[in-house]
Amino acid sequence: MTQLVTNLHPDDPNGHLEDLRTDPIGLLRRVREECGDVGRFRLGDKDVYLVSGGEANEAFFRAPDEVLDQAAAYPFMTPIFGKGVVFDASPERRKEMLRNQALRGDQMKGHAQTIERQIRGMVGDWGDEGEIDLLDWFAELTIYTTSACLIGESFRNELDGRFAALYHDLEKGTDALAFVDPYADIESFRKRDESRVALVHLVQDVMDRRLVADAPSREDRDLLDVLITLKDDNGELSFSADTITGMFISMMFAGHHTSSGTAAWTMIELLRNPGVMKDVVAELDDLYADGSEVSHQALRSIPRLESTLKESLRLHPPLVLLLRVATEDIEIDGHKIPAGDMVGASPAVSNRIAEDFPQPDLFDPGRYVEPRQEDMLNRWTWIPFGAGRHRCVGSAFAMMQLKAIFSVILRDYEFELAQPSDTYRDDTSKMVIQLEQPCRVRYRRRQDR
Amino acid sequence: MRVAADLDLCQGHAECVEEAPTVFAYDEQTRQVDVLQEHPEESLRDQVKAAVAYCPAMALSLTHALADPTNEDD
Repeated sequence: MTQLVTNLHPDDPNGHLEDLRTDPIGLLRRVREECGDVGRFRLGDKDVYLVSGGEANEAFFRAPDEVLDQAAAYPFMTPIFGKGVVFDASPERRKEMLRNQALRGDQMKGHAQTIERQIRGMVGDWGDEGEIDLLDWFAELTIYTTSACLIGESFRNELDGRFAALYHDLEKGTDALAFVDPYADIESFRKRDESRVALVHLVQDVMDRRLVADAPSREDRDLLDVLITLKDDNGELSFSADTITGMFISMMFAGHHTSSGTAAWTMIELLRNPGVMKDVVAELDDLYADGSEVSHQALRSIPRLESTLKESLRLHPPLVLLLRVATEDIEIDGHKIPAGDMVGASPAVSNRIAEDFPQPDLFDPGRYVEPRQEDMLNRWTWIPFGAGRHRCVGSAFAMMQLKAIFSVILRDYEFELAQPSDTYRDDTSKMVIQLEQPCRVRYRRRQDR
Repeated sequence: MRVAADLDLCQGHAECVEEAPTVFAYDEQTRQVDVLQEHPEESLRDQVKAAVAYCPAMALSLTHALADPTNEDD
Protein backbone atom coordinates (compact mmCIF):
# COMPACT_ATOMS: atom_id res chain seq x y z
CA MET A 1 0.00 0.00 0.00
CA THR A 2 1.24 3.46 -0.86
CA GLN A 3 2.76 5.20 2.13
CA LEU A 4 0.62 7.73 4.00
CA VAL A 5 2.33 11.02 4.87
CA THR A 6 2.56 12.16 8.51
CA ASN A 7 -0.18 14.48 9.79
CA LEU A 8 0.55 17.69 11.71
CA HIS A 9 -3.07 17.70 12.92
CA PRO A 10 -3.48 14.05 13.97
CA ASP A 11 -6.93 14.67 15.47
CA ASP A 12 -8.38 16.09 12.25
CA PRO A 13 -11.47 14.03 11.38
CA ASN A 14 -10.94 14.97 7.71
CA GLY A 15 -7.48 13.49 7.34
CA HIS A 16 -4.96 16.08 6.12
CA LEU A 17 -7.53 18.80 5.44
CA GLU A 18 -6.17 21.14 8.15
CA ASP A 19 -2.63 20.58 6.87
CA LEU A 20 -3.77 21.50 3.38
CA ARG A 21 -5.63 24.58 4.67
CA THR A 22 -2.75 25.91 6.75
CA ASP A 23 0.43 25.00 4.87
CA PRO A 24 -0.32 23.27 1.55
CA ILE A 25 3.21 23.55 0.16
CA GLY A 26 4.66 22.13 3.39
CA LEU A 27 2.29 19.16 3.18
CA LEU A 28 3.05 18.49 -0.50
CA ARG A 29 6.82 18.67 0.03
CA ARG A 30 6.56 16.33 3.00
CA VAL A 31 4.82 13.75 0.81
CA ARG A 32 7.83 13.59 -1.52
CA GLU A 33 10.35 13.67 1.35
CA GLU A 34 8.67 10.90 3.30
CA CYS A 35 7.10 8.76 0.58
CA GLY A 36 9.10 9.35 -2.62
CA ASP A 37 7.66 9.67 -6.15
CA VAL A 38 4.19 8.47 -5.14
CA GLY A 39 2.76 9.16 -1.69
CA ARG A 40 -0.63 9.58 -0.17
CA PHE A 41 -2.62 11.96 2.00
CA ARG A 42 -6.25 11.89 3.13
CA LEU A 43 -8.94 14.45 2.29
CA GLY A 44 -12.26 13.70 3.93
CA ASP A 45 -13.12 10.14 2.96
CA LYS A 46 -10.81 10.10 -0.06
CA ASP A 47 -7.19 9.24 -0.64
CA VAL A 48 -5.13 11.69 -2.68
CA TYR A 49 -2.13 10.10 -4.39
CA LEU A 50 0.52 12.74 -4.97
CA VAL A 51 3.00 12.02 -7.73
CA SER A 52 6.29 13.81 -8.42
CA GLY A 53 9.43 13.21 -10.46
CA GLY A 54 9.68 12.83 -14.23
CA GLU A 55 8.33 9.31 -14.70
CA ALA A 56 5.33 9.52 -12.40
CA ASN A 57 4.51 13.02 -13.63
CA GLU A 58 4.60 11.87 -17.25
CA ALA A 59 2.17 9.04 -16.50
CA PHE A 60 -0.10 11.53 -14.71
CA PHE A 61 -0.02 14.20 -17.42
CA ARG A 62 -0.37 11.78 -20.33
CA ALA A 63 -3.37 9.94 -18.92
CA PRO A 64 -6.49 10.52 -21.03
CA ASP A 65 -9.60 12.08 -19.48
CA GLU A 66 -11.36 8.71 -19.53
CA VAL A 67 -8.81 7.50 -16.95
CA LEU A 68 -7.93 10.63 -14.98
CA ASP A 69 -10.79 13.10 -15.06
CA GLN A 70 -10.17 16.76 -14.39
CA ALA A 71 -13.74 18.02 -14.41
CA ALA A 72 -14.69 16.45 -11.08
CA ALA A 73 -11.45 17.30 -9.29
CA TYR A 74 -12.04 20.92 -8.28
CA PRO A 75 -15.21 21.11 -6.16
CA PHE A 76 -14.20 24.55 -4.86
CA MET A 77 -14.81 26.02 -8.33
CA THR A 78 -18.47 25.02 -8.70
CA PRO A 79 -19.94 27.75 -6.45
CA ILE A 80 -17.75 30.33 -8.19
CA PHE A 81 -18.65 29.48 -11.78
CA GLY A 82 -22.20 28.47 -10.97
CA LYS A 83 -23.81 25.13 -11.62
CA GLY A 84 -23.71 24.01 -15.23
CA VAL A 85 -20.61 25.99 -16.18
CA VAL A 86 -17.84 23.48 -16.73
CA PHE A 87 -14.45 23.82 -15.10
CA ASP A 88 -12.51 22.91 -18.18
CA ALA A 89 -13.24 21.58 -21.62
CA SER A 90 -12.13 18.17 -22.86
CA PRO A 91 -8.99 18.15 -25.03
CA GLU A 92 -11.25 17.63 -28.07
CA ARG A 93 -13.38 20.64 -27.23
CA ARG A 94 -10.28 22.71 -26.45
CA LYS A 95 -8.88 22.08 -29.91
CA GLU A 96 -12.21 23.14 -31.37
CA MET A 97 -12.24 26.31 -29.26
CA LEU A 98 -8.65 27.13 -30.12
CA ARG A 99 -9.35 26.79 -33.79
CA ASN A 100 -12.18 29.27 -33.69
CA GLN A 101 -11.25 31.40 -30.80
CA ALA A 102 -9.30 33.90 -28.90
CA LEU A 103 -6.10 32.06 -28.07
CA ARG A 104 -4.91 30.94 -31.46
CA GLY A 105 -1.48 32.09 -32.61
CA ASP A 106 -2.75 34.44 -35.28
CA GLN A 107 -4.99 36.28 -32.79
CA MET A 108 -2.05 37.25 -30.62
CA LYS A 109 -1.10 40.42 -32.44
CA GLY A 110 -4.48 41.98 -31.76
CA HIS A 111 -4.28 40.90 -28.11
CA ALA A 112 -0.82 42.40 -27.78
CA GLN A 113 -2.14 45.77 -28.95
CA THR A 114 -5.12 45.56 -26.60
CA ILE A 115 -2.89 44.70 -23.67
CA GLU A 116 -0.48 47.53 -24.36
CA ARG A 117 -3.42 49.99 -24.38
CA GLN A 118 -4.67 48.62 -21.05
CA ILE A 119 -1.25 48.89 -19.40
CA ARG A 120 -0.70 52.43 -20.66
CA GLY A 121 -4.18 53.33 -19.46
CA MET A 122 -3.31 52.21 -15.93
CA VAL A 123 0.19 53.74 -15.84
CA GLY A 124 -1.23 56.96 -17.29
CA ASP A 125 -2.09 58.45 -13.89
CA TRP A 126 1.09 57.39 -12.11
CA GLY A 127 2.85 60.75 -12.28
CA ASP A 128 6.57 61.01 -11.52
CA GLU A 129 6.68 58.91 -8.37
CA GLY A 130 4.52 56.98 -5.99
CA GLU A 131 3.77 53.62 -4.45
CA ILE A 132 1.59 50.68 -5.48
CA ASP A 133 0.41 47.51 -3.81
CA LEU A 134 1.52 44.73 -6.16
CA LEU A 135 -1.51 42.52 -5.52
CA ASP A 136 -4.11 45.27 -5.97
CA TRP A 137 -2.42 46.82 -8.97
CA PHE A 138 -1.70 43.72 -11.01
CA ALA A 139 -5.04 42.14 -10.10
CA GLU A 140 -6.86 45.19 -11.46
CA LEU A 141 -4.69 45.40 -14.59
CA THR A 142 -5.23 41.73 -15.43
CA ILE A 143 -9.00 42.04 -14.97
CA TYR A 144 -8.91 44.68 -17.70
CA THR A 145 -6.57 42.75 -20.00
CA THR A 146 -8.33 39.39 -19.71
CA SER A 147 -11.80 40.91 -20.09
CA ALA A 148 -10.71 43.06 -23.05
CA CYS A 149 -9.01 40.17 -24.88
CA LEU A 150 -11.40 37.33 -24.09
CA ILE A 151 -14.76 39.13 -23.98
CA GLY A 152 -14.12 42.41 -25.79
CA GLU A 153 -12.96 45.95 -25.27
CA SER A 154 -16.42 47.46 -25.06
CA PHE A 155 -17.24 45.16 -22.13
CA ARG A 156 -13.92 46.04 -20.51
CA ASN A 157 -14.76 49.74 -20.86
CA GLU A 158 -17.83 49.26 -18.72
CA LEU A 159 -15.82 47.83 -15.83
CA ASP A 160 -14.02 49.65 -13.07
CA GLY A 161 -12.20 48.78 -9.85
CA ARG A 162 -15.42 47.38 -8.34
CA PHE A 163 -15.39 44.42 -10.70
CA ALA A 164 -11.76 43.64 -9.81
CA ALA A 165 -12.50 43.86 -6.07
CA LEU A 166 -15.51 41.53 -6.32
CA TYR A 167 -13.57 39.14 -8.49
CA HIS A 168 -10.84 39.06 -5.88
CA ASP A 169 -13.37 37.98 -3.26
CA LEU A 170 -14.35 35.08 -5.49
CA GLU A 171 -10.74 33.99 -5.66
CA LYS A 172 -10.48 34.17 -1.89
CA GLY A 173 -13.47 31.85 -1.64
CA THR A 174 -11.33 28.83 -2.50
CA ASP A 175 -10.70 27.42 0.98
CA ALA A 176 -9.75 23.74 0.75
CA LEU A 177 -12.66 23.08 3.11
CA ALA A 178 -14.65 22.92 -0.15
CA PHE A 179 -13.26 19.41 -0.67
CA VAL A 180 -15.47 18.38 2.24
CA ASP A 181 -18.25 20.99 2.08
CA PRO A 182 -18.24 23.71 -0.64
CA TYR A 183 -21.15 25.47 1.08
CA ALA A 184 -19.88 25.35 4.69
CA ASP A 185 -20.90 28.38 6.75
CA ILE A 186 -17.57 30.23 6.87
CA GLU A 187 -16.84 33.87 6.11
CA SER A 188 -14.83 33.39 2.93
CA PHE A 189 -17.62 31.27 1.39
CA ARG A 190 -20.31 33.78 2.41
CA LYS A 191 -18.28 36.57 0.82
CA ARG A 192 -17.72 34.42 -2.26
CA ASP A 193 -21.46 33.97 -2.72
CA GLU A 194 -22.28 37.65 -2.05
CA SER A 195 -19.61 38.74 -4.53
CA ARG A 196 -20.95 36.46 -7.20
CA VAL A 197 -24.43 37.94 -6.75
CA ALA A 198 -22.96 41.45 -6.98
CA LEU A 199 -21.07 40.52 -10.17
CA VAL A 200 -24.28 39.21 -11.73
CA HIS A 201 -25.87 42.61 -10.95
CA LEU A 202 -23.01 44.46 -12.64
CA VAL A 203 -23.32 42.28 -15.73
CA GLN A 204 -27.12 42.64 -15.68
CA ASP A 205 -26.71 46.45 -15.69
CA VAL A 206 -24.42 46.26 -18.71
CA MET A 207 -26.90 43.94 -20.45
CA ASP A 208 -29.83 46.27 -19.70
CA ARG A 209 -27.98 49.24 -21.19
CA ARG A 210 -27.08 47.27 -24.30
CA LEU A 211 -30.61 45.97 -24.84
CA VAL A 212 -31.97 49.52 -25.18
CA ALA A 213 -28.99 50.98 -27.07
CA ASP A 214 -28.54 50.96 -30.82
CA ALA A 215 -26.93 47.83 -32.17
CA PRO A 216 -23.16 48.28 -32.22
CA SER A 217 -21.24 48.25 -35.47
CA ARG A 218 -19.67 44.97 -36.48
CA GLU A 219 -16.19 45.82 -35.30
CA ASP A 220 -17.41 47.10 -31.93
CA ARG A 221 -19.43 43.99 -31.23
CA ASP A 222 -18.11 41.86 -28.37
CA LEU A 223 -18.98 38.48 -26.91
CA LEU A 224 -21.69 39.94 -24.68
CA ASP A 225 -23.44 41.48 -27.69
CA VAL A 226 -23.47 38.07 -29.30
CA LEU A 227 -24.75 36.27 -26.20
CA ILE A 228 -27.64 38.69 -25.67
CA THR A 229 -28.90 38.29 -29.22
CA LEU A 230 -29.37 34.53 -28.88
CA LYS A 231 -33.02 33.67 -28.24
CA ASP A 232 -34.73 30.37 -27.52
CA ASP A 233 -37.84 28.99 -29.32
CA ASN A 234 -40.15 31.18 -27.22
CA GLY A 235 -38.28 34.34 -28.14
CA GLU A 236 -36.74 34.60 -24.67
CA LEU A 237 -33.04 35.29 -24.16
CA SER A 238 -31.13 32.01 -24.21
CA PHE A 239 -28.80 33.02 -21.40
CA SER A 240 -29.63 34.78 -18.15
CA ALA A 241 -27.28 37.34 -16.60
CA ASP A 242 -26.43 34.64 -14.05
CA THR A 243 -25.33 32.18 -16.73
CA ILE A 244 -23.44 34.80 -18.74
CA THR A 245 -21.66 36.00 -15.61
CA GLY A 246 -20.70 32.40 -14.87
CA MET A 247 -19.28 32.01 -18.35
CA PHE A 248 -17.26 35.23 -18.02
CA ILE A 249 -16.00 34.30 -14.57
CA SER A 250 -14.83 30.92 -15.83
CA MET A 251 -13.24 32.32 -18.99
CA MET A 252 -11.26 34.84 -16.98
CA PHE A 253 -10.43 32.64 -14.02
CA ALA A 254 -7.53 30.63 -15.40
CA GLY A 255 -5.81 33.70 -16.77
CA HIS A 256 -6.38 36.15 -13.98
CA HIS A 257 -4.81 35.35 -10.61
CA THR A 258 -2.13 33.34 -12.39
CA SER A 259 -0.89 36.22 -14.56
CA SER A 260 -1.39 38.75 -11.80
CA GLY A 261 0.62 36.73 -9.29
CA THR A 262 3.39 35.99 -11.77
CA ALA A 263 3.75 39.68 -12.67
CA ALA A 264 3.99 40.57 -8.98
CA TRP A 265 6.55 37.85 -8.16
CA THR A 266 8.63 38.75 -11.20
CA MET A 267 8.79 42.33 -9.96
CA ILE A 268 9.81 41.17 -6.47
CA GLU A 269 12.50 38.81 -7.81
CA LEU A 270 13.87 41.54 -10.10
CA LEU A 271 14.15 43.87 -7.11
CA ARG A 272 15.76 41.16 -4.98
CA ASN A 273 18.29 40.50 -7.76
CA PRO A 274 19.58 43.89 -8.94
CA GLY A 275 22.07 42.33 -11.36
CA VAL A 276 19.24 40.57 -13.20
CA MET A 277 17.17 43.78 -13.16
CA LYS A 278 20.06 45.71 -14.69
CA ASP A 279 20.45 43.14 -17.49
CA VAL A 280 16.74 43.05 -18.25
CA VAL A 281 16.41 46.85 -18.35
CA ALA A 282 19.46 47.04 -20.66
CA GLU A 283 17.94 44.37 -22.88
CA LEU A 284 14.66 46.30 -23.15
CA ASP A 285 16.39 49.65 -23.74
CA ASP A 286 18.33 48.04 -26.56
CA LEU A 287 15.33 46.39 -28.07
CA TYR A 288 13.17 49.52 -28.08
CA ALA A 289 15.95 51.98 -28.98
CA ASP A 290 14.71 52.09 -32.55
CA GLY A 291 11.23 53.11 -31.45
CA SER A 292 9.62 49.73 -32.12
CA GLU A 293 6.19 48.98 -30.69
CA VAL A 294 5.66 47.02 -27.48
CA SER A 295 2.81 45.11 -29.10
CA HIS A 296 5.22 44.01 -31.83
CA GLN A 297 8.15 43.02 -29.59
CA ALA A 298 6.05 41.25 -26.95
CA LEU A 299 5.33 38.58 -29.55
CA ARG A 300 9.00 38.09 -30.25
CA SER A 301 11.97 36.76 -28.39
CA ILE A 302 13.15 38.83 -25.38
CA PRO A 303 15.55 36.23 -23.98
CA ARG A 304 16.62 37.68 -20.61
CA LEU A 305 13.14 38.84 -19.69
CA GLU A 306 11.71 35.46 -20.72
CA SER A 307 14.25 33.61 -18.57
CA THR A 308 13.39 35.88 -15.66
CA LEU A 309 9.68 35.18 -16.09
CA LYS A 310 10.30 31.43 -16.33
CA GLU A 311 12.40 31.44 -13.18
CA SER A 312 9.76 33.42 -11.26
CA LEU A 313 7.18 30.88 -12.45
CA ARG A 314 9.37 27.97 -11.36
CA LEU A 315 9.87 29.32 -7.84
CA HIS A 316 6.36 30.77 -7.41
CA PRO A 317 3.97 28.64 -9.47
CA PRO A 318 0.48 30.16 -9.23
CA LEU A 319 -1.12 26.72 -8.84
CA VAL A 320 0.53 24.38 -6.36
CA LEU A 321 -1.69 21.31 -6.71
CA LEU A 322 -3.13 19.96 -9.98
CA LEU A 323 -5.81 17.32 -9.44
CA ARG A 324 -7.65 14.56 -11.23
CA VAL A 325 -10.13 11.88 -10.18
CA ALA A 326 -9.33 8.27 -11.17
CA THR A 327 -12.34 6.95 -13.09
CA GLU A 328 -10.97 3.41 -13.20
CA ASP A 329 -8.37 1.42 -11.25
CA ILE A 330 -4.96 2.50 -12.50
CA GLU A 331 -1.32 1.93 -11.71
CA ILE A 332 1.34 4.62 -11.62
CA ASP A 333 4.96 3.71 -10.95
CA GLY A 334 3.91 0.40 -9.39
CA HIS A 335 1.28 2.01 -7.13
CA LYS A 336 -2.27 0.79 -7.50
CA ILE A 337 -4.78 3.65 -7.41
CA PRO A 338 -8.43 2.61 -7.08
CA ALA A 339 -11.26 4.23 -9.05
CA GLY A 340 -12.83 7.13 -7.16
CA ASP A 341 -9.67 8.32 -5.43
CA MET A 342 -7.84 11.49 -6.39
CA VAL A 343 -4.45 11.86 -8.00
CA GLY A 344 -2.40 15.05 -7.89
CA ALA A 345 0.82 16.54 -9.20
CA SER A 346 2.45 19.55 -7.63
CA PRO A 347 4.31 22.33 -9.47
CA ALA A 348 5.54 23.61 -6.11
CA VAL A 349 7.23 20.26 -5.45
CA SER A 350 8.35 19.20 -8.94
CA ASN A 351 9.77 22.61 -9.91
CA ARG A 352 12.29 22.31 -7.08
CA ILE A 353 13.56 18.76 -7.53
CA ALA A 354 17.32 19.14 -7.04
CA GLU A 355 18.29 16.42 -9.56
CA ASP A 356 16.56 18.37 -12.32
CA PHE A 357 17.14 21.92 -11.08
CA PRO A 358 20.54 22.22 -9.36
CA GLN A 359 20.40 24.56 -6.35
CA PRO A 360 16.65 24.46 -6.64
CA ASP A 361 15.92 27.36 -4.29
CA LEU A 362 18.27 29.73 -6.08
CA PHE A 363 16.78 32.34 -8.44
CA ASP A 364 18.89 31.73 -11.53
CA PRO A 365 17.52 32.80 -14.94
CA GLY A 366 20.70 31.33 -16.48
CA ARG A 367 19.04 27.91 -16.23
CA TYR A 368 17.09 28.57 -19.40
CA VAL A 369 20.02 29.61 -21.54
CA GLU A 370 21.51 27.08 -23.97
CA PRO A 371 22.88 24.53 -23.37
CA ARG A 372 21.23 24.21 -19.91
CA GLN A 373 17.62 24.77 -20.99
CA GLU A 374 16.33 23.18 -17.82
CA ASP A 375 12.70 23.80 -18.82
CA MET A 376 12.99 21.92 -22.12
CA LEU A 377 15.12 19.13 -20.66
CA ASN A 378 12.70 18.54 -17.81
CA ARG A 379 9.38 18.90 -19.54
CA TRP A 380 7.62 16.63 -17.04
CA THR A 381 9.00 18.34 -13.92
CA TRP A 382 9.29 21.99 -15.06
CA ILE A 383 5.54 22.38 -14.75
CA PRO A 384 4.43 25.92 -13.82
CA PHE A 385 1.89 25.58 -16.68
CA GLY A 386 1.20 21.92 -15.99
CA ALA A 387 2.07 19.53 -18.82
CA GLY A 388 0.56 17.09 -21.27
CA ARG A 389 -3.00 17.13 -22.50
CA HIS A 390 -4.25 19.77 -20.09
CA ARG A 391 -1.18 21.98 -20.23
CA CYS A 392 -2.25 25.58 -19.80
CA VAL A 393 -3.83 26.58 -23.07
CA GLY A 394 -3.03 30.23 -22.37
CA SER A 395 0.71 29.96 -21.77
CA ALA A 396 1.69 31.81 -24.96
CA PHE A 397 -0.88 34.51 -24.20
CA ALA A 398 0.42 34.77 -20.63
CA MET A 399 4.06 35.11 -21.67
CA MET A 400 3.16 37.74 -24.25
CA GLN A 401 1.17 39.70 -21.67
CA LEU A 402 3.99 39.55 -19.12
CA LYS A 403 6.53 40.66 -21.71
CA ALA A 404 4.30 43.59 -22.63
CA ILE A 405 3.79 44.61 -18.98
CA PHE A 406 7.50 44.70 -18.17
CA SER A 407 8.37 46.31 -21.50
CA VAL A 408 6.14 49.26 -20.62
CA ILE A 409 6.83 49.71 -16.93
CA LEU A 410 10.59 49.07 -16.89
CA ARG A 411 11.18 51.43 -19.80
CA ASP A 412 9.50 54.38 -18.13
CA TYR A 413 10.00 53.74 -14.42
CA GLU A 414 12.46 52.40 -11.89
CA PHE A 415 11.31 50.56 -8.80
CA GLU A 416 12.38 49.76 -5.25
CA LEU A 417 11.04 47.56 -2.48
CA ALA A 418 9.00 49.55 0.01
CA GLN A 419 9.29 46.96 2.79
CA PRO A 420 11.91 44.41 3.96
CA SER A 421 12.61 41.84 1.23
CA ASP A 422 11.55 38.81 3.29
CA THR A 423 8.11 40.27 4.04
CA TYR A 424 6.93 39.55 0.49
CA ARG A 425 5.33 36.13 0.69
CA ASP A 426 2.32 34.18 -0.43
CA ASP A 427 -0.86 33.74 1.55
CA THR A 428 -1.40 30.01 1.10
CA SER A 429 -4.57 29.67 3.14
CA LYS A 430 -6.69 29.29 -0.01
CA MET A 431 -6.35 27.03 -3.03
CA VAL A 432 -5.93 30.19 -5.11
CA ILE A 433 -2.66 31.48 -3.74
CA GLN A 434 -2.13 35.24 -3.69
CA LEU A 435 0.47 37.59 -2.28
CA GLU A 436 0.05 38.46 1.36
CA GLN A 437 -0.67 42.16 1.84
CA PRO A 438 0.96 44.60 2.28
CA CYS A 439 3.23 44.01 -0.71
CA ARG A 440 4.17 47.52 -1.73
CA VAL A 441 6.84 48.87 -4.07
CA ARG A 442 7.84 52.44 -4.91
CA TYR A 443 8.26 53.74 -8.44
CA ARG A 444 9.95 56.78 -9.89
CA ARG A 445 10.06 58.00 -13.47
CA ARG A 446 13.43 57.18 -15.01
CA GLN A 447 15.76 60.18 -15.37
CA ASP A 448 18.36 58.30 -17.39
CA ARG A 449 16.59 58.23 -20.70
CA MET B 1 18.45 17.30 -37.53
CA ARG B 2 15.19 15.51 -37.03
CA VAL B 3 11.89 17.10 -35.99
CA ALA B 4 9.15 15.21 -34.18
CA ALA B 5 5.69 16.19 -32.96
CA ASP B 6 3.99 14.41 -30.07
CA LEU B 7 0.34 14.33 -31.16
CA ASP B 8 -0.76 13.32 -27.66
CA LEU B 9 0.33 16.79 -26.61
CA CYS B 10 -0.31 19.08 -29.60
CA GLN B 11 -3.21 21.45 -28.86
CA GLY B 12 -3.33 23.05 -32.28
CA HIS B 13 -2.04 26.53 -31.38
CA ALA B 14 -0.27 26.76 -34.76
CA GLU B 15 2.56 28.87 -33.32
CA CYS B 16 5.05 26.61 -35.11
CA VAL B 17 3.46 27.53 -38.43
CA GLU B 18 4.32 31.16 -37.72
CA GLU B 19 7.89 30.30 -36.75
CA ALA B 20 8.76 27.78 -39.48
CA PRO B 21 6.10 27.77 -42.20
CA THR B 22 7.97 25.43 -44.53
CA VAL B 23 8.43 22.78 -41.84
CA PHE B 24 5.06 22.83 -40.08
CA ALA B 25 1.47 23.21 -41.23
CA TYR B 26 -1.87 23.25 -39.44
CA ASP B 27 -4.09 20.33 -40.42
CA GLU B 28 -7.70 21.53 -40.53
CA GLN B 29 -8.98 17.95 -40.28
CA THR B 30 -7.11 16.82 -37.18
CA ARG B 31 -6.72 20.36 -35.79
CA GLN B 32 -3.15 19.51 -35.04
CA VAL B 33 0.29 20.07 -36.43
CA ASP B 34 1.38 18.42 -39.65
CA VAL B 35 5.15 18.00 -39.90
CA LEU B 36 5.92 18.75 -43.54
CA GLN B 37 9.62 17.95 -43.33
CA GLU B 38 11.00 15.53 -40.78
CA HIS B 39 14.56 16.31 -41.79
CA PRO B 40 14.66 20.01 -42.59
CA GLU B 41 17.83 21.41 -44.05
CA GLU B 42 20.41 23.05 -41.83
CA SER B 43 19.52 26.60 -42.93
CA LEU B 44 16.16 26.18 -41.18
CA ARG B 45 17.70 25.28 -37.81
CA ASP B 46 17.02 28.65 -36.15
CA GLN B 47 13.40 28.68 -37.30
CA VAL B 48 12.87 25.12 -36.08
CA LYS B 49 14.52 25.84 -32.74
CA ALA B 50 12.20 28.81 -32.24
CA ALA B 51 9.18 26.66 -33.10
CA VAL B 52 10.26 24.02 -30.57
CA ALA B 53 11.00 26.60 -27.86
CA TYR B 54 7.76 28.55 -28.30
CA CYS B 55 5.37 25.62 -28.75
CA PRO B 56 2.73 26.38 -26.07
CA ALA B 57 2.10 22.66 -25.59
CA MET B 58 5.77 21.63 -25.54
CA ALA B 59 4.79 19.08 -28.17
CA LEU B 60 7.76 19.47 -30.51
CA SER B 61 11.25 18.10 -30.23
CA LEU B 62 14.43 18.44 -32.18
CA THR B 63 16.87 15.56 -32.01
CA HIS B 64 20.55 15.60 -32.92
CA ALA B 65 20.43 19.26 -32.06
CA LEU B 66 24.17 19.33 -31.42
CA ALA B 67 26.71 18.77 -34.15
CA ASP B 68 27.54 15.09 -34.07
CA PRO B 69 29.94 13.64 -36.64
CA THR B 70 28.60 10.11 -36.13
CA ASN B 71 25.05 11.20 -36.79
CA GLU B 72 23.93 10.08 -40.19
CA ASP B 73 20.66 11.95 -40.00
CA ASP B 74 22.23 15.34 -40.48
